[in-house]
Amino acid sequence: MRCKKCPQRAAIKLPQHNISYCKDCFTEFVHSQVAKAIKKQKMFTPEDRILVAVSGGKDSLALWAILLKLGYRADALYLDLGIGNYSVQSRHKVDHFHETVAQPRGATLHIHTLAENEGAGVKELATMMHRPTCSTCGTMKRYHFNRTALEKDYDVMATGHNLDDEAARLLGNVLRWQTEFLDKQSPTLPASVEGFAKKVKPLYRLTEREMAAYAVINKISYIVDECPMAKGSKMLVYKDVLNRLETESPGTKQSFYLKFLDKQAKEQASTGSITSHDQQRLTPCQTCGQPTSMEVCTYCKMMTKAKTHV
Amino acid sequence: MQTQHAPSYDAPEDMKVHLTHPPKDLDIPGPTIVRQLLQQLQLTPEAYLVIRGDDLVTEDEVLNDSDSIEIRSVISGG
Repeated sequence: MRCKKCPQRAAIKLPQHNISYCKDCFTEFVHSQVAKAIKKQKMFTPEDRILVAVSGGKDSLALWAILLKLGYRADALYLDLGIGNYSVQSRHKVDHFHETVAQPRGATLHIHTLAENEGAGVKELATMMHRPTCSTCGTMKRYHFNRTALEKDYDVMATGHNLDDEAARLLGNVLRWQTEFLDKQSPTLPASVEGFAKKVKPLYRLTEREMAAYAVINKISYIVDECPMAKGSKMLVYKDVLNRLETESPGTKQSFYLKFLDKQAKEQASTGSITSHDQQRLTPCQTCGQPTSMEVCTYCKMMTKAKTHV
Repeated sequence: MQTQHAPSYDAPEDMKVHLTHPPKDLDIPGPTIVRQLLQQLQLTPEAYLVIRGDDLVTEDEVLNDSDSIEIRSVISGG
């Protein structure tokens, strides 16, 4: 199979675009999709300081690499969750990427370790609070990325969520008709209220397979193993279902999520923005000051409970 | 005492295939085409990359007995 843009041997076929690319043309394609996402969703400008949430996985490390290659001012935050050997390996991948790729381009890596700061790893914290590990992990990530972005004066926080992540999340929300969560599925979430950093997802146009291929082609060493805590996760089931549909009918994931965004943009224009919704329902947490729909935010409630167990 | 090595008249070894998730090592006779290999293992093409050495291979590529192949799951996250 040959590349559709040049005479080189193709490295990947993209059935949803009915095209095949060699290594160089594919890399160019991925960069152009990220650039398009940044422009279309008004994510940030070259002057902005960006904080990338990195985990050691393919998406976040590739995102950091792409933003630096495109000339953006991108630093990163790694949250050490303390999940045994998995966290040791993922930390190693992040450190290696920082030393070999990011630091030479002047980028900084921030690290927050749960065991040092919260007194225990995410699994132990979840057990203490009788909550599922993935939900505890989500709370920790949201809280610390937001807090670090604000404390260190970043203009925007970027995560490596890809098209598969967003399509699977949308499927999960639609299957349960959780329409109240749909307005948070936009690839750009504004700093709607005091205490919230702007959040963006520059990989929302690219599939999980495209991101893995980008990492392999560009020799980004990432943690291939799945998080051991994700076993049995509903998101993995939704992703599997969507990939079966995608194989039978290429372009399904893209049309499912991107057409949802088009529809959402039209509806938000008539019903009011995310900003006005958040301003109506969020107030500062009485303990830490971060915005919450309750008196005390979930993170502070969790930490109070955890301290009583120590 | 010197070890006597018997001359090797064995048939060529099968293709070495490593699956990342769940981790598994397989010996599969070649030649075969990438598309057929994924079908044989009942794997959804959209969820995997096929890697020979350091290079990605497309669905129409022929894989031979001498090849060492990784079939890498692209799915991550919970």
